[in-house]
Amino acid sequence: MIEPKNKPGFTDQSLIRNFCIIAHIDHGKSTVADRILQLSGIVPQREMHDRFLDRMDIEQERGITIKSQAVRVPWTVDGTEYTLGMIDTPGHVDFTYEVSRALAACEGAVLLVDATQGIEAQTLSNLYMAIDHDLTIIPVLNKIDLPSAEPDKHAEEIAGLIGCKPQDVLRVSGKTGEGVADLLDTIVMDVPAPHGDPKAPARALIFDSVYDSYRGIVTYIRMVDGELKSREKLHMMGIGMTHDPIEIGVISPDMTPTKALGAGEVGYVITGAKDVSQSKVGDTITSAIKPASEPLPGYRDPKPMVYAGLFPIDNAQFPELRDALDKLKLNDAALIYEPETSVALGFGFRCGFLGLLHMEIVCERLEREFGLDLISTAPSVPYEVTAEDGTVHHVTNPSEFPEGKIKKIVEPMVAADIITPKEFIGSVMDLCQEHRGEMGDMEYLSPERVEMHYRIPLAEIVFDFFDQLKSRTKGYASLDYHEDGEQAADLVKVDILIQGEKVDAFSAIVHRDKAYSYGVMMTKKLRELIPRQQFEIPIQAAIGSRIIARENIRALRKDVLAKCYGGDITRKRKLLEKQKAGKKRMKMLGHVEVPQEAFIAALSTGEAGNDRDTKDKIRAAQKADN
Amino acid sequence: MTFEVYIHVPFCMRRCGYCDFNTYTARDLGEGASRGNYARMAVREMELVRAWQAAHGIREQKAATVFFGGGTPTILPAADLVAMLDAVRRIWGIEPDAEITTEANPDTVDADYIKRLADGGFTRISFGMQSAVPHVLATLDRRHTPANVEAGLRAADAYGLRSSVDLIYGAPGESLEDWRTSVRTAIGLGVNHVSAYALTIAPHTKMGRMIAAGALPKPSDDDEAAKYEIADEAFADAGLHWYEISNWARPGYESRHNLGYWRNVDWAGIGPGAHSHYRLEGEAAGVASSSLESSVVDNPQSKDCGAGDAVARHDDAGFRKTAATAPGISSISVAAGSVGLRAWDIAHPRTWAHAINAGTVPWGGCEGITAREDREETLMLGLRLREGFDTSRFAGIIPDDAWVSLQSEGLITLAPGSRAGQGCIAVPTLRGRLLNDLIIEHLFDHL
Repeated sequence: MIEPKNKPGFTDQSLIRNFCIIAHIDHGKSTVADRILQLSGIVPQREMHDRFLDRMDIEQERGITIKSQAVRVPWTVDGTEYTLGMIDTPGHVDFTYEVSRALAACEGAVLLVDATQGIEAQTLSNLYMAIDHDLTIIPVLNKIDLPSAEPDKHAEEIAGLIGCKPQDVLRVSGKTGEGVADLLDTIVMDVPAPHGDPKAPARALIFDSVYDSYRGIVTYIRMVDGELKSREKLHMMGIGMTHDPIEIGVISPDMTPTKALGAGEVGYVITGAKDVSQSKVGDTITSAIKPASEPLPGYRDPKPMVYAGLFPIDNAQFPELRDALDKLKLNDAALIYEPETSVALGFGFRCGFLGLLHMEIVCERLEREFGLDLISTAPSVPYEVTAEDGTVHHVTNPSEFPEGKIKKIVEPMVAADIITPKEFIGSVMDLCQEHRGEMGDMEYLSPERVEMHYRIPLAEIVFDFFDQLKSRTKGYASLDYHEDGEQAADLVKVDILIQGEKVDAFSAIVHRDKAYSYGVMMTKKLRELIPRQQFEIPIQAAIGSRIIARENIRALRKDVLAKCYGGDITRKRKLLEKQKAGKKRMKMLGHVEVPQEAFIAALSTGEAGNDRDTKDKIRAAQKADN
Repeated sequence: MTFEVYIHVPFCMRRCGYCDFNTYTARDLGEGASRGNYARMAVREMELVRAWQAAHGIREQKAATVFFGGGTPTILPAADLVAMLDAVRRIWGIEPDAEITTEANPDTVDADYIKRLADGGFTRISFGMQSAVPHVLATLDRRHTPANVEAGLRAADAYGLRSSVDLIYGAPGESLEDWRTSVRTAIGLGVNHVSAYALTIAPHTKMGRMIAAGALPKPSDDDEAAKYEIADEAFADAGLHWYEISNWARPGYESRHNLGYWRNVDWAGIGPGAHSHYRLEGEAAGVASSSLESSVVDNPQSKDCGAGDAVARHDDAGFRKTAATAPGISSISVAAGSVGLRAWDIAHPRTWAHAINAGTVPWGGCEGITAREDREETLMLGLRLREGFDTSRFAGIIPDDAWVSLQSEGLITLAPGSRAGQGCIAVPTLRGRLLNDLIIEHLFDHL
């Protein structure tokens, strides 16, 4: 293990190179990062384990990086020791803002592309973002050790995108370490040194903020101007809070306290902040005693774009769910939630997420780390609904949809970029059209691959778009999207009624054209899932008071066991006891007993109704309406 | 307490595709569990059971009924059945007017066989007719013809035996008309007693697997309900009245043995897999709860004692001790407060025979029946019967309005009992017979 010469707080900006790695999930970013740590000598060989930087279990398992990290790495070129600040960026569409702040903390970006796959849509959008931030791009093809690697082909593609020569694209293998030393040399040579004002009042950009159960909130910063000292009070310029720093330091590769951080350096501060909302990504830290006059640009509050109800399957777990959300919130400024009550699902929380992956990750962490069994309602997006009387409702939950006549509904839109092999262009166009997408232009990235641009309602994306895109393109297409204003649309709220009782958990806001298929599919699903009872049970889908689909669960006629002789009695008694216990877990909707599993199964999006009966019923419902 | 004896004969010529009973087609299963030696083993079990009863202060009356079931009891020579019946007479005694029944497969008995049974003391024979329609019989893997059944019935009549036929409805491919044919045929045979069962599909049977694989259609409750109604109406018109959900008879021809199960009396089950039931009262209850420390309620070895490991588990479960102090099990124990005991014989004939050879009652498991469980059983069995359930038996436990609400839902009728000391008698309606589980589940809430 080596001892770096350049000390934190005393490193000249000319010796600093801050860079991030832009890569798609699975393209090997973490492996390359691990190799860099190893080559630099700061991680002893025996402590090296795969994915050193991804600390959360869930990240290791999913192979994706949710939270960025910042590591200080020494690298010597021609006898001069340089200090590299390696900032690991999140790689998914939901975390675009976090990515943009990580990019703002760097002068260079390594564009890492899997030599077997080529560039993906999200990588491309992050690349464009990096170019917008004037970052120096270092193109690299990874996994060249694999037999299926096609480095020449993908080097052409990359060269075409960023305007370099194919031979300038570096080739590495994170697995074998081949080419990684060259990459580090190139970073030192090509990435510009920071050029902040070391004498000015301190300004540091927060590019990440995480909750650690031992240390509290750890805030990752990039010093832009001036210097922060470990004993100086800090001031958060955006949210206007002042903290006493408990510790200032760098990560190399473990947290190492230092006396100060100087201009250009990357490090961390620990304050008494209770949760990450007191130390937000994008905010500017300055000295409370000698504050800067202007914050760094670009701060904004995270805005939830997808909402869903989360309910514990066992309602007794409600307090545990609350505690778990409170804990996650420490680490996730974008997560919002408030208590919600559902007739069908009991007590739970209405939660707001940045996007679908964010939602998926939160649910998974709640289940895995907190041992909760959850059911989530179908995701919904925020709508602006203007009633006939002119009142405007901000609707994030179908239950908030106003009764009566609606004047106007506005829904959020996204600009979607889809990269696909050209043979799937037709399938992608069909899919986008079915999802009310409006086609923009289309560019050939290479003779085989196309980037297609669409404007699509976010609501269409959050439902099942991504899964369908993957299945219709055999997994080859990739998707990226970002907010792109809003539009007025002909949306309706479809309610599902069981024996005339509205079941809140199944209400959905959908486009009028989709209302019928939603109604038919939901009623059919429930007919299968709800056990027959003594009386006939109508299951209806309705828009307002108008029924658009109907199924009947016929009355149960027979449940008796034909034989009950000596050997059958114990079994029969136990069966009846079990059935009785099962009924205790049923929810009563009016007189109808509905097993919890029925709600769960009905909410889990599964097979789309492609059978004949479903199609006929949808057609009939549409016809009746026209 | 009325006492009955059930004797299980676990052998068949062939296994039918729907059959889930404890029966074997091999002639010799080892350890003396062969067809040829079966009667001797069963008699030895009776002796062991009698000794166990005596050791526990269970003093049964003479047997009011004896029933041979299977399997196919008539696969054994008539002399073997008679020998077992003689053993019951010797060991427990048999009431003078006792009902002695055997089940019979129509193609295993002839007039001579039936004469031997009659001479040996049998009073009743129950034929597994199942259906009168050839393609339904084929689906059920049955090889007999309606003519076999008729011949058997004539012989039974000739030698003074009462008779009954069993029918099965709901077999895959059976139409409503097929079923009407079977019902009409059974009535036309002039029987005084009919049992009609909806086909129950056990998943691990051949038929169960074929249905799971989609090779046969799944039985439908609606179809079965329609067939039940067809049968009930036709039988009633012919003077056969329902007296239990699946049983119809002319007055006086009901199966007394089976009524005993539904009235929750005591019975000894003899033979592999057979269940026994004892009420623990007075001295017996004292013995059961005081002399036995450990609690073996719902013995883990109980269910499906497999061939290979049952012996070992049998030995582990506290029965070995009893081998040393043979004859009879002295260490069966039930939880304090049990009001009844249900025990079941080891299911596999070889393991069963091994236990008998070791001098132990060949029980594979037992459970103590708590007062609450006893109420559950009394209720669930009683509500299967035309004679109904006397609501005053559970006065203060099941509130009147629970009964009244079932009546208003059309599931039961309530009428004052005719005998002294009776309260209101609850009798399931036709709808209530078909939705019997629903009735019982409602009432279980109060127990």
